[in-house]
Parts: sequence; structure tokens; C-alpha cells
Amino acid sequence: MERSNVDITKLQIGFGGLKVLENLDLHVDASEFLVLLGPSGCGKSTLLNAIAGLIEVKGGQIRIGDRDVTWAEPKDRGIAMVFQSYALYPRMSVRKNLSFGLKVARTPQDEIDSRVGEAAKMLRLTELLDRRPSELSGGQRQRVAIGRALVRHAGVYLFDEPLSNLDAQLRAELRVEIKRLHARLGATMIYVTHDQIEALTLADRIAVMQGGVIQQLDTPKKIYREPANRFVASFVGSPAMNFLRGRILRDGAPVFIAGDVRFDLNGYAFRIPPSDAPAILGIRPEHIEIVGSEHPSAVTARVEMVEPMGADALIWCRLADGTAFSFRADADAKAGAGDSLALRFPAEAFSLFDDQSGQRL
Amino acid sequence: MRLSLTSRLSVLSALLPALMVMLVVYIGATSWTAWMSLTNSRMLPNNNFVGFRQYQLLFSNDRWLTSVHNIVVYGVLFVSLALLIGFLLAVAIDQRVRAEDTIRSIYLYPYSMSFVVTGLVWQWLLNPTLGVQYVLRSWGFAGASFDWIVRPETAIYCLVIAGVWQASGLVMAIMLAGLRGIDDEIWKAARVDGLPKWRVYISIIIPMMGASFATAAVLLSTAVVRLYDLSVSMTNGGPGIASEVPAKFVMDHLFERANIGLATAAATTMLVTVIAVVAPYLYWRARKGEVR
Repeated sequence: MERSNVDITKLQIGFGGLKVLENLDLHVDASEFLVLLGPSGCGKSTLLNAIAGLIEVKGGQIRIGDRDVTWAEPKDRGIAMVFQSYALYPRMSVRKNLSFGLKVARTPQDEIDSRVGEAAKMLRLTELLDRRPSELSGGQRQRVAIGRALVRHAGVYLFDEPLSNLDAQLRAELRVEIKRLHARLGATMIYVTHDQIEALTLADRIAVMQGGVIQQLDTPKKIYREPANRFVASFVGSPAMNFLRGRILRDGAPVFIAGDVRFDLNGYAFRIPPSDAPAILGIRPEHIEIVGSEHPSAVTARVEMVEPMGADALIWCRLADGTAFSFRADADAKAGAGDSLALRFPAEAFSLFDDQSGQRL
Repeated sequence: MRLSLTSRLSVLSALLPALMVMLVVYIGATSWTAWMSLTNSRMLPNNNFVGFRQYQLLFSNDRWLTSVHNIVVYGVLFVSLALLIGFLLAVAIDQRVRAEDTIRSIYLYPYSMSFVVTGLVWQWLLNPTLGVQYVLRSWGFAGASFDWIVRPETAIYCLVIAGVWQASGLVMAIMLAGLRGIDDEIWKAARVDGLPKWRVYISIIIPMMGASFATAAVLLSTAVVRLYDLSVSMTNGGPGIASEVPAKFVMDHLFERANIGLATAAATTMLVTVIAVVAPYLYWRARKGEVR
């Protein structure tokens, strides 16, 4: 199977006067699983459709497998695509859905049969080949849609929010299936989603997008641990990252002051040398821990509410100055509304952002 | 559901007018018509039972046989052409053309005209001494000939032209709604699959539009059975009896020729034919509904 890389340079897309993408650059390696993540309207689907050749670009270049396809028809780009609404041909059997494109392209019949058989086996569709889409469940339909992409033996597989129409359980099942498929085929895949869990679980690299701009392009771990700006920090992660407003003070070693609370910044890897300025401190709920009140850097907070979440519990607290935040604790942590807790905020888990630009410090 | 006596009464009284209309007008009048066809009524109805005499007369009547032949020709051509042209118009409009609303209104406009007006307009257009043929000749095409309306063997096709002209806009509106209901992603998937546009329409879109086609076909078919005014206003059944249709046969014999027996026999024959066509379809629909 062919595995193409994708190279996008200075891509511009607009509808009328509205600019959706401007000078966007993106490189996807062969065999890579890249996820485009962002809220609706961020341009991620537009970018995917442009790669597929389903919308016209205003400028820039798209290369797939080192071939300039900026103006090529979708069928000539060596791509296959899976859609959110499955987009199956409703009056055709599953077999016909898988084979129709190949048949129109005059692929020899034995080749069609072997490709359909192979895809059906891989996606456990063999039993369903003679059914109509209306006789299938949502999960089965999406597997058929994936199968229709697979038989094209494309260099790049594009997924446009393929799991968004499914319920939570099926979504989790199919997510694993897609990941397994990628491991097995080693194909290049570009996957659009607004679901950060999907992005974190599937991707080799994630491109977090907002306002038509890639905010950060990195591995899931880096995106999660070291978000490049406040948008990425708040969009990725559930429950969401806590943000505390305050300022950095260079009092010998740098500290972060929020109200009357001082957070030691010893251990935080600054990207640029710190200066005394207003800043925002971000910390994920699972990084805050309960300690004894005698701990030297303990911070006292009052519990407002406890949300049990099964495996653990999310505890909502307020600092003395009223700043609200949440943290994860054991499901059987003994904390109730009104209790006072001593907490430790480890500096190595912080993300500090500039108050003005929102960029990571 | 159990209802108290008073609420049952109010339900009954609300339904009563509709029920009366149905019993008296539809079932009553239809049964009376069927009964009349078994009598030898002429100008005034009477109750002299003559069995199927009128039907024997009817089916040895040239004018009736021509009418039946005509309605079959008209029905097949009118329904298929209106569906085809309406669908093609809808496809043309669906290509995101400019001024879509205006064009749509223009296409739909003929439908707002009564059959009588349509018939008159086309009578003029097709009249060799006034219409298309005259215009062509006055432009210098001396040998141009378009005289279908005055030739007995082609007059019925003139009714088809006028009927299709009038009904295509409606079919277009129904088909356009159907086309607009098709998920955009189907089109994208077809493009990625490399299917040519005409292939997508034939293999994917048309099979998806069964409901639109059924709706349009039913509406067109009722127009076929009703066909009367077009024949009256365009050709008045002529030349000779060349463009007679069953409904006109009934009306003429009922009111002009004072032959109630024969007219009701013709009307009853029409009813039985329609039932014979529709009943299996309704039965099939009902069965399908049960299975679901």
C-alpha cells in the first residue's frame, strides 16, 4: 500500500470576502496519524476538504506524495475520505457501496472482489455485505464508510468527524478500531474532530486550530503537558485546566502571587527569562494534591462542592481571595463542602501564560 | 381509550358533517351513478333495469373507444414526459444557478393557470394559420409545417404538449425539494469516489428520490383521469372525434346528448379502472406499513 506524505504551503482559502485560512503551512509525514482539533468554525474541516479537493483554494500549494495536487480532482489525488454522516449510497447494498467507485473507475472485477473482501474482513463486514445501509446500526454504517475508503487503496485517508454521530459507547469502540486500523495499515491519516479525547487517544501529532490558525502542532503528550497558549490549555483536557490570575515576582527565586497566596515557581521550565509582570497560572486538576497542613508550600483552600466521577472525584475549592479551582482526588477522599484543605501546587506541572498575549512563558 | 358520554357526543358531533358529506356526496352519489348505468335512463333518470345493456353499447361506441385509446396515449406520454422534464429542470436549477428564485417562479408559473387558459394559449400557438407554423413561414421558412392540431392522428399529442407544459413546473418544484434534501456529503463522497455527475444522478440520486417521484406521479395521474377542459378548450374533441377523452364523453352524454344511462356507464367504467389500478398499490402500501 502506498503511503503518501502531505505538504501544505501558504494555503489560502476564503469564501467571498471571508478569509477562512491564511498562509497556513502543514506537513504530514507518511504513515503519520495527524489530528486536526478545534472548536466548530476553526477551519479544520475546511482544511480537510481542501486537502480532499472538495473546495477551491485561493492560493498556496497542496502536495500529496510529492505531487502537486492543488488543482487536481479529488479522485486523482490519491485520497480517500470518511464523512460524519457516513454518506453511504442508501439504495445500494454494502457490497455495492464498497465496489461502486472501483467499478466506475473500470477496475478489473477480480481486483474489486479481492479488495472488497479484504476490507470487509478487516472491518468485520463480511456478514453484512448484502444488506442495505438502512438495515445497519450507526456503528456498522460508519464501518462501511471506512471500508469504502479502504478499498481505494489511497495514499492518504481523511476522516471528517467520523464518530460525531455515534453515541458515547460506540464512539469509544470505533475509536479503538480506527487506531488498530492505523497500526495495521501504517497508512497516512488526517483526522478532524472537536473531541479532545479522540485527538489525544488517536494522534501521533495534534494540530490544535482556532480562527484558521494552527495554535500548536505537537505530540498529544506535549499538547497536554505544555500547551503553547491559553487557548490550547483550555481546549484540551477534561475536566478543564484551572487558571489563576496574578503576577510573577522576582523575589530572588521567581514566585507567582495570586491575591495573598504565593506559589513557588522553583522547578518551572521558563521558555523566556521571567520578568515581573501580570501572568496567568494554569494547572490541571490531577496535578494538585492534598498534603498535611505542616507542609512548607501548602496552600489552604475551602471545599465548595464534591463531584464524584466513579474512579475519582472532582473537588471544587476556593482560595482565601475567592479564586475558584478544581482538583482530582481519590474517590474515597474524605472531603465535604465547607472543609478546609491543605493543598500542594507542584511547580513542574504549571503552565504560565502571559496576561496580554496568552502565550506560554 | 375510554371517553365519557359527553365527550363521545362532542367527538361524534364534530365528525358528523364530514361523515354526512362522505356518505351522501361520495358514496351516495357514486352508488346512484352505478345504479343509473344499469337502467335505460335517457334525458331524465329512471329505474328501468336493463342489466349491462349500456356497457355493451358503450364498448361498441367508436367515440368511447377512441376516448379510451386517447387517454392511454395521453396518460403514458404526459406522466413520463412531465416527470422527465420536471426532473431535468430541477437538476438544472440545482446547479446553484444565479437568479434561482426567479427562474423557479417562471417554471412554476404555468401551473397557476387553469387548463382552459392553457388550452386556449396552446390552441393559438399550434394553430397553423396563427401560431408557430405561421411565424416560421413569415420568417422565410416557406416549407415549415407544424399542423399537428388539425390532423386527426396527431391531435392528441398537442394535448400532451400543453399538459406537459403546464405540469412540468410543479414536478420541478417537487423534485427540487427532493434534490435539496440530499445530504451534501453524498455528493462529496461521490466526488472522492470519482463518479461522473450523470452517473451520480442515475445510480444514487434518482433511487434516493423514490418518494418525490411517487408524489409527482400520483398528482400527474389524477390530472390524467380528470383530463377534460384541455380537450374542450384546445380541440373540442376534434378534429372529428380524434381528441375525445373519457371525461368529456361522460359530460357530453350527460348534458348534451341526454343519455344518462350511457354517460353513467362510462363514468362507472372510469371509476372501476381507477380502483383496479389503485387498489393493489394501496394494499401493498398497507402491507408494507404492517411489516414496519
